[in-house]
Amino acid sequence: MKDTEGYVTADGRQIGGVLMEMRDITLKFGGVVAINDISFDIREGEIRAIIGPNGAGKSSMLNIISGFYTPSVGEVWYKGSKRPPMKPYEVARQGVARTFQNIALFEGMTVLDNVMTGRLTHMHAGVFSQALWWGKARDEEMENREKVEKVIDFLEIQAIRKTPVGRLPYGLKKRVELARALAAEPSILLLDEPMAGMNVEEKEDMSRFILDVNDEFGTTIALIEHDMGVVMDLSDRVVVMDYGKKIGDGTPDEVRNNQDVIDAYLGVPH
Amino acid sequence: MLYRTAGQFKTSYKSDQALFPIKQDAFLLGIIGLFVLAIFPLTASEFAFQTMLIPVMIYALAALGLNILTGYAGQLSLGTGAFMGVGAYACYKMVTLMPWMNPLVAILLSGVFSAGVGVLFGIPSLRIKGFYLAIATLAAQFFLVWLFEKWAWLYNYNASGAIQVPNLTVFGGYVTGPQADSIVQYYVVLGIVALMTMLCINLTRGNLGRTWKATRDMDIAAELIGINLMKSKLTAFAISSYIVGVAGALYVFMWKGAAEPNLFDIPLSFQVLFIAIIGGLGSVLGNYLGAILIVGLPVVLNLVPATLGLAISSAMVEHLNIMIVGSLIVFFLIVEPHGLNQLWRLIREKLIIWPFPH
Repeated sequence: MKDTEGYVTADGRQIGGVLMEMRDITLKFGGVVAINDISFDIREGEIRAIIGPNGAGKSSMLNIISGFYTPSVGEVWYKGSKRPPMKPYEVARQGVARTFQNIALFEGMTVLDNVMTGRLTHMHAGVFSQALWWGKARDEEMENREKVEKVIDFLEIQAIRKTPVGRLPYGLKKRVELARALAAEPSILLLDEPMAGMNVEEKEDMSRFILDVNDEFGTTIALIEHDMGVVMDLSDRVVVMDYGKKIGDGTPDEVRNNQDVIDAYLGVPH
Repeated sequence: MLYRTAGQFKTSYKSDQALFPIKQDAFLLGIIGLFVLAIFPLTASEFAFQTMLIPVMIYALAALGLNILTGYAGQLSLGTGAFMGVGAYACYKMVTLMPWMNPLVAILLSGVFSAGVGVLFGIPSLRIKGFYLAIATLAAQFFLVWLFEKWAWLYNYNASGAIQVPNLTVFGGYVTGPQADSIVQYYVVLGIVALMTMLCINLTRGNLGRTWKATRDMDIAAELIGINLMKSKLTAFAISSYIVGVAGALYVFMWKGAAEPNLFDIPLSFQVLFIAIIGGLGSVLGNYLGAILIVGLPVVLNLVPATLGLAISSAMVEHLNIMIVGSLIVFFLIVEPHGLNQLWRLIREKLIIWPFPH
């Protein structure tokens, strides 16, 4: 982590305008209030972390951003306009890609095919062209294969590209999942606990990849993570949630010194 | 040794994604091609045509259609027999209503009707999965067979309630009906089956294939990366039913010659499903291997005792066949769920590194 310390501090980089804004989001499941009136924004080019103790509603928030849940109250603003209610696949087509807390790869397919599925939203050849493997379908296949190979090179998974995903170890699966999300060339990349269950070395690798993605492609990243060291080092701004409420928002240093946040994590004497 | 891949380098993504990245595969296919194109048809007896060559290809095609739906897109179906029936009846109605129609065109068009019916019965798949979907397709199975029986228009108000394939010609030669030669029918079936197989290989290795496989492996993740599940499932139903329908038309027009509604009853669905399972779900080659096994087994069981001089009654042969097929299915489900195709793949992998496995 030491060698990347230089550009994790937000000073050097230019952060753009607001890319996505959550306005007064409330999410209820029956009587349970998972998210209670939360607002925050994600700016272009930044690494935004959402943290909080277990059950705080972080994953629910990510599911709202990716369109899997529709908020009970509140609005999602994306690229300057209010997002109407839409299906998850439509949200994905607008440039929102994500990875999952429990790896959600397509186990029966090779790494290459998995990453190629990330390009689905960019491929438009018709059924007949595909059936004949001729014309548009074939050209598209080759173009997108080239883009996918760049992602594969970037994440250093060349050696396993023809291996079925089911045979890979956990750490590599996480990386393949990141590759699939990256292949979509998203405007905003959502990472749900990218380091969960990894050892120190794998965490270092993953942190480096996240920073590189942000640095080289300028991709906006929103991530959920439990490893405080990683979050504080990686992210530019942090939202802290507890019991569905926002208790802190700001740079890592601000959050670290916020009394509510310290109480939520360490507990308060009753 | 035989399968050495050393020295075969890929310098472009195009060559890496070619159909036969390994030369030996193309060579092997060439040999198989020689057999099916020349050696088999020129040496086969009428018996061989009617019990092995033609039915193997037709069953393989039906299983291929089912495999698109169940093996690639992960939607379990028990209605294959009925969808074959839709193809057969559609073809029959077309050639009797429009006698000038080229029978080959009619066979290829009949799939369009079964595709439509398939999509209709595929709509429940948008809400239900797995066994529940299987039950919904079972409803299609029973409903359609009932329709074949009750809707007299379908069999032109025949007294027998069965459809009889008329004698039809292409370029002056009979291709269907009692007057057609087996060898002609063999080549027609071979041509159509080869064409369909080629299209399926292309579909399954391309974008649509990945969409289907993603839907099969994890539908929630598939939707979150931008796959429209409704479109993915319904295209699978349409293309699968199209192929199954063409197989059904071939089944009656090129092989059986006549059909009653109960021909398309659930035993046919199961037979095709067994071929797909034993051959290997999610494969193209497996359908052929499975069809050879399922179609060939009773033939072999009939021939072996006769040549050995054992007296086994035909009823006994039938029972033996059912028992062997049944135990094979249990065997494959436990030992090799990916079927014969996987066995071949393992053999091939071993051959490539043989004789130095490290």
